[in-house]
Amino acid sequence: MSRARQSYQGVALVAPTSIPYQRYSIDTAHFWIARALKGSLDAAGIAPADLDGFSAASFSLFPDTVVGLTQHLGLSPRWLDQIPMGGASGVVALRRAARAVQAGDADVVACVAGDTNHIDSFRQLLSSFSRFSQDAAYPYGFGGPNAVFGILTDHYMQTYGATREDFGRICVAQRTNALKNPGAVMTKPLSMDQYLAGRPISDPITLFDCVMPCAGSEAFLVMTVKEAEKRQLPYATVRGAIERHNAHADDPIQLRGGWTLDIDELWQMSGYSPIDMDLVQTYDDYPVISMMQIEDLGFCKKGHAGEFLCGKDMTVSGDFPHNTSGGQLSGGQAGAAGGFIGLVEAIRQVTGQAGPTQVKGAKRAVISGFGMVNYDRGVCTAATVIEGGGA
Amino acid sequence: MSTLANLASNIADGSVKVVDLTHTLDPDFPVIILPPEFGQCARFRMEEVSAYDHRGPGWKWHNISMNEHTGTHFDAPSHWISGRDVPMGAVDEIPADKLVGPVVVIDCSEGAAQDDDFELTPQIIEAFEAEHGRIPEDAWVLMRTDWSKRSGAAYLNMASDGPHSPGPTPDAIRLLVEDRNIRGFGTETVGTDAGQGAHYTPPYPAHYILHGAGKYGLQCMCNLDQLPPTGAMLVAPPLKIKGGTGSPLRVLALVEN
Amino acid sequence: MTDPIQPPPKKNPLNRSWVSTIPPAARSRAALGLTAAAAEGRFMLQVCADCGATQYPPRDACHKCLSIDLPWQDIIPTGELLAETTIRATTDIYFRDRLPWRAGTVRLDAGPPMICHIHGDVKPYARVRLINRLDRSGQGVILALPEKDTPNMADDPHLRAISSDPSHRRVLIVDGRNPNTPDFAKALKDAGAAMILIGLSEDWLPFQGRKALEDVGAQIIPLDVTDTKSLQRLAGEFGGKIDILINNARYIRPGGVIDRTDTNLAARELEVNALGLMRLAQALGPAMCSRTADGTNSAVAWVNILSAWALANEPSFGSFAASQAAALSLSQSLRAEFRASGLRLMNVFVGPTDDEWHQPLPPPKVTPAAIARDVVRGLHGGFEDVFCGDVAKDLNERFRRNPKVLEREMTGGGV
Repeated sequence: MSRARQSYQGVALVAPTSIPYQRYSIDTAHFWIARALKGSLDAAGIAPADLDGFSAASFSLFPDTVVGLTQHLGLSPRWLDQIPMGGASGVVALRRAARAVQAGDADVVACVAGDTNHIDSFRQLLSSFSRFSQDAAYPYGFGGPNAVFGILTDHYMQTYGATREDFGRICVAQRTNALKNPGAVMTKPLSMDQYLAGRPISDPITLFDCVMPCAGSEAFLVMTVKEAEKRQLPYATVRGAIERHNAHADDPIQLRGGWTLDIDELWQMSGYSPIDMDLVQTYDDYPVISMMQIEDLGFCKKGHAGEFLCGKDMTVSGDFPHNTSGGQLSGGQAGAAGGFIGLVEAIRQVTGQAGPTQVKGAKRAVISGFGMVNYDRGVCTAATVIEGGGA
Repeated sequence: MSTLANLASNIADGSVKVVDLTHTLDPDFPVIILPPEFGQCARFRMEEVSAYDHRGPGWKWHNISMNEHTGTHFDAPSHWISGRDVPMGAVDEIPADKLVGPVVVIDCSEGAAQDDDFELTPQIIEAFEAEHGRIPEDAWVLMRTDWSKRSGAAYLNMASDGPHSPGPTPDAIRLLVEDRNIRGFGTETVGTDAGQGAHYTPPYPAHYILHGAGKYGLQCMCNLDQLPPTGAMLVAPPLKIKGGTGSPLRVLALVEN
Repeated sequence: MTDPIQPPPKKNPLNRSWVSTIPPAARSRAALGLTAAAAEGRFMLQVCADCGATQYPPRDACHKCLSIDLPWQDIIPTGELLAETTIRATTDIYFRDRLPWRAGTVRLDAGPPMICHIHGDVKPYARVRLINRLDRSGQGVILALPEKDTPNMADDPHLRAISSDPSHRRVLIVDGRNPNTPDFAKALKDAGAAMILIGLSEDWLPFQGRKALEDVGAQIIPLDVTDTKSLQRLAGEFGGKIDILINNARYIRPGGVIDRTDTNLAARELEVNALGLMRLAQALGPAMCSRTADGTNSAVAWVNILSAWALANEPSFGSFAASQAAALSLSQSLRAEFRASGLRLMNVFVGPTDDEWHQPLPPPKVTPAAIARDVVRGLHGGFEDVFCGDVAKDLNERFRRNPKVLEREMTGGGV
């Protein structure tokens, strides 16, 4: 029933900014968002008062929304958006901002995600996260996402015969990448033996399958290619982007995401195929979800991600660079910034700004997002293919 | 020295002893039990209102509730159907001078120890008078049984055919009321009548005859063994309850040593 | 099979008693439908009246056709365990004290998948029976049980946590003079109660039932629900040892309002039936609430035996019925006050009982043995509401259908 999508031609992604994460912060989401925003605006030479488009994603702004942020941060945008989509928020923010810029509703949109993490704020966030979780998940042991993904991982392993080593390879490779990233929360190497000996958290999930909740923020700017060139900013273009929500609702347990419905169109729009990608950034709240994305994005058949990755080197110097900054598994999960981490790193990568984690010659990346365990599964999925001038 | 000044000094020096004939008002003290389909006598109950706490920081007090006939208590003539038209038959109407007066004590303790249904008969009264002289007019007559030394279930002494405790026969009460014109009759048991008093004619003769003649009753008393057969003075003023048929009270006796 | 719970050792007086905590209690209004069903131990879900789709989690609109007509219906409670996890870390303080905790996703034969508690005897990926019960927060939760009963299955930590199981627990039956007490004592002993205390009011009155109760091994202690002092004494002596309280104190006389001519019997009915409940709760409630996490023999349930006439007044016993309505209302307040502790309040609604006061009423009448059975059944299920006997069940059905119609029916207007 869908008409063909318009292309994202003429849209540039610039000024990727990541503020180094902290395990706990006594500061607020406003503080973290302001820092990332300033980082991107400074890089582009834009004064806050001149910014005409603003998009924010955060779980810990309460009682404020993005509206409160405009007054708090002295912004006067003519285009304003808030993305409540957690792990999908980066790609979704990009999609909306790109359309606003294409249509002329805004010249520059700053897309920012940030959250703080106080002691006990994770528990409080969980307990008021969603109505279905409150009604039908938390009363059953209050394992939070660990329990939901424990069930999901059990189902995946049982259905496809995946092993813990399959998950471990992802975690170990990302730790290797993280050791090159000075902003990552995890700073010690991780071996497969250490991974396998990890403390059980919610069977079959163990310690190194889980992300560390922390405070942090990420930002990038969306503007026209013309504007980016005028300002002499390295930029990436958007080759295609998709999103989908609450797909496959009748699957009793989630083994696939909404990407499967739109993935052909994504590759068609981009003019590329998976094999053309120089790096892959998946949403990695648990390694099983990264495997699900690698399958659903078309890198391999359903259920074969373990086997597929077994023959790959997922580090920045490998043949299948994946979550090059260490991802959330080794970088930490800073709330909604977890939905931005892969995208912001990918913009750095394809524009040659990734520094110590730079994948040599990287020009094209696919980034996918997965968000919001409303009850028993992630509801929001999104993906984009971007391209830059390369390193 | 005036009579009362004399009395005061006699009390002070112990030559007149004040004997307390009253049981403690206590939730566990038995009350008369009627068949379940009748209205029942309320037990004594006490609820704290405050105890130097947030409900009243500087004081302690209780709300209490009970029947007029709970614990050691006074029966006014209006308590019984036979006395319902007796003038001044309610506790608030009883003349104050009737609340203090002479008392004689007929000792039935030996008989009551042998027989739970021991009866006070005219013969026993006459035998008492033969020893201690005729019962004076307008005196209280108390029937000592030492029943007050019983407690718990032994006090009511309920059996499947009702309670068993001593009391006067109809003739004995008639003798006291009609011939001796006493002021009132008192016992240590839960009523002025015997436990099985329902089976006399008239039923409950002490209640029926005493109150029909405008006489008073006292029951659930104790310490009668500390009173002389004659010569003591009884102080028994019920609470002045409007239209009341009786009241719990403190019964005291003044006894000359 | 489940390892049987062993009789708990005597408490170490040097150890602090565990503080009461409850599992997550917040629910949407729709989800309270599950709680209402769990209060009676029913497995119910919303089923769309327009398209027939079964809904879970509870919703305000059908996820298939957007209908807002989603009545709760009894559902065949069978399904298949698709996947599971054993939670070994949580930020919730209730579950943190009870780890590890087994949970999983069951696909109900009737449709939706449900995350639920998994009984320890359920084999991986097996067929299961589901039950809907109240957890310690007083909210409905789903527990998957093995398809067939297994040895000692009631001793499973999941099941023990949501039941009010009398086994290894100490029980106080409030009114030894109630004709149902001997059956209660026997049923609770058979259910494994460790100690049975029986209150006796007015020990100055004869008590024929003493021997029968002592033969069951019960201890008889002075207790009169109208006497605050006696309750304070009881609390002082036994307050820390009562795990289940069964309030069967009852004063009943025929008559309504005008045919009574005075308020004395009504006052006594209220004193015993309503204020007695209040006095008991004031004396014993705090200690019980503080002991809901006290190991195997923790305080777990407060049971009131109420007349079903609490729901709708029976005019031939109108004043008594009013006292039962008062008791019911007080019990709702008490239940709310117990909430933070996890102590369960169960009301057992009975129809006319087979005793002297209901002698002129036609059958069916409820026997003491039947009430005792339902008390134990309710404790095993951890229920809040139990309707005992055909009259009580019938009255409850009519009450739910239309309370105003029932009011008229109670006076014979519905013939």
